[in-house]
Amino acid sequence: MPLLLTLLRRIGSAIPSVFGVILVTFVLARALPGDPAAYYAGASATPDSIAQIRSQLGLDQPLIVQFFGYLGQLAHGNLGQSTSSGQAVLSDLIERLPASIELTLTALMFALIVAIPLGIWAATRPGSWVDHLCRLLVTLGAAFPTFFTALTFVYIFYFQLDVAPEPLGRLSEIYYTMPPRVTGLLLIDTLLAGDPEAFRAAFAQLILPAISLGLFALAPIARVTRAAMLEALGSDYCRTARAMGLSRGRILFVIALRNAALPILNVLGMVFSFLLGANVLIEKVFAWPGIGAYAVNAVIASDYAAVQGFVLMMALLFIVLNLVVDLFASMADPRVRYDD
Amino acid sequence: MTAPPLLTIDKLSLDFDTRSGTVKALEDIDLTLNKGEILGIVGESGSGKSVLSFAIMGLLDEAAKLRADKISFGGMALNAKSVAEMRGRELSMIFQSPRTALNPIRKVGKQIEDVLVRHAPLPRKAAKSAAIAALRQVRIPDPERRYNAYPFELSGGMCQRVMIAMALACDPTLLIADEPTTGLDVTTQAVVMDLIRDIAAERNMAVILITHDLALAGEYCDRVAVMHAGHIVEVAPAAQVAQNALRHPYARRLFAATPAASAELEDLAAIPGSLPDLRGTLPACRYMARCEIARPDCAQAPLPAHDISPSHLVRCRYCP
Ligand SMILES: Nc1ncnc2c1ncn2[C@@H]1O[C@H](COP(=O)(O)OP(=O)(O)O)[C@@H](O)[C@H]1O
Ligand SMILES: [Mg+2]
Repeated sequence: MPLLLTLLRRIGSAIPSVFGVILVTFVLARALPGDPAAYYAGASATPDSIAQIRSQLGLDQPLIVQFFGYLGQLAHGNLGQSTSSGQAVLSDLIERLPASIELTLTALMFALIVAIPLGIWAATRPGSWVDHLCRLLVTLGAAFPTFFTALTFVYIFYFQLDVAPEPLGRLSEIYYTMPPRVTGLLLIDTLLAGDPEAFRAAFAQLILPAISLGLFALAPIARVTRAAMLEALGSDYCRTARAMGLSRGRILFVIALRNAALPILNVLGMVFSFLLGANVLIEKVFAWPGIGAYAVNAVIASDYAAVQGFVLMMALLFIVLNLVVDLFASMADPRVRYDD
Repeated sequence: MTAPPLLTIDKLSLDFDTRSGTVKALEDIDLTLNKGEILGIVGESGSGKSVLSFAIMGLLDEAAKLRADKISFGGMALNAKSVAEMRGRELSMIFQSPRTALNPIRKVGKQIEDVLVRHAPLPRKAAKSAAIAALRQVRIPDPERRYNAYPFELSGGMCQRVMIAMALACDPTLLIADEPTTGLDVTTQAVVMDLIRDIAAERNMAVILITHDLALAGEYCDRVAVMHAGHIVEVAPAAQVAQNALRHPYARRLFAATPAASAELEDLAAIPGSLPDLRGTLPACRYMARCEIARPDCAQAPLPAHDISPSHLVRCRYCP
């Protein structure tokens, strides 16, 4: 019950942020250089036709009226028309979002699988070689920018060793058929379509971009896991558990790890947001048809509706992400549940 | 013919290797404890009371170098392996600051249950009623409801009772209580101490009560050992405390520093000087630098031990 209450309360407290985000994207669109009316009217426009288009677009209305008009559009899921793709921005984004989500989640999964055991292991043997390895990885992960790792990987594994597929998107449609879209995540959709070949190919395409992205996430997760586990293992309650004769495994994996879950969870939320940002570069390197690449193209092409839609969607995504982290946090720690 | 003691410690010494040198935390500790006996260990903060109890419990970290001619418990030698078998079962311990000593994110009832289940193959349901019974036994009101509480929802005194319930869940023969009432208010202190004494009497359980409060030890214990800087300087029947019959200059200072000894607050005597640095070389008597009756040969080993009576031992060359 307290969980549900927390959830409702957190959703309630997210409403102002959503409103703020909408306001910012609205102002952003007005503040961008250039006159959309002139843009739509084309090169051969007269002042009269520009004015006509301006009133058609509602741009001659007071700002407050325009803002409510914008809210109305959003309520109908209308994010405007992309000038570069010629399609509705919303359908562009929905089309491309799963590619980015799949990449980010895979990267995160990779980072978790490596970083959490490494952090735990390092914490149980401070000063040992595992601890040093952990520290080395943390330093390296923080030192190299993702696009550099990505390009190095492409150079080594595709160009030199030829063990990785061509870094061109999610699935080569020359050799494989795209599965019918169910979740939009190829790893799932290929399996649903009963096409293990395509699954393998899609997975192969994912490996390099996901690892380049994941390496970047590994460092903060391993660092926080190690620190949180060290703190938990040195705590009074773990000493109590030892004094009560509880088993080593229970102390390490149940008592200490559950107590360390809260800081780990918080850093995961942060890392996830980083990853969504870092996606932009990785998607460029691997010709990944995600929203990061879409946004870059939109900025280059002065496609304002697309940029606005992208910013709005990312902001909403962050808000949802924070909600999810909060929810997990209150499951992990009763003190968070009663905290507000 | 008296029964053999429950716990025997002969010549226990403990060093910590640290970056700034070797800390000689304990030296030549001799101690015996009989079944059902309550022994107080008294000394100011830093005198080695906690590390001594960790040494008995096998809870020392890796930097600790422990040596002893003999440590035996219930007729068995205590070593890393045997003590691991006995922890929580034969030997149990409660700590200072009960709020942090409990797992903050697990219901207190479940924490007791975890200990029960660990040491006896109980179905969860039986374990739950046993946990509630344990809570009832430490006189927690409404134990069915408190079973579901988290430590942060309980007062310090309540948390200490939960700790006691947990430590006693498997009916140990020895309980080590490391400053169990420090940080609790005076009334709660008395409640917790009465509880420990009553349960010890009921179950014929031995208790090592660690405290820096000589008066408290005198009141609740059968015997009192006074520690200073890693030495046990005096062991005496607790009755001697109330009669101001302790002999060692440090023990006498401790007595003068208890509120019971001096009616007026101004009379409370502070102990002059501070504990010596336990790194580097130390004189045989580690109290020497603070002592008003010290003479130069107090620095010479060995630290003498003389029996005032069979149950009263003082380690001082010149005390009356
Ligand atoms: N892990 C450790 N490493 C180095 N020195 C320690 C360690 N634990 C305790 N000590 C030292 O041992 C001495 C006794 O400490 P402790 O047993 O905690 O005292 P008390 O419980 O009587 O207040 C202190 O001087 C302390 O600094
Ligand atoms: Mg202590």
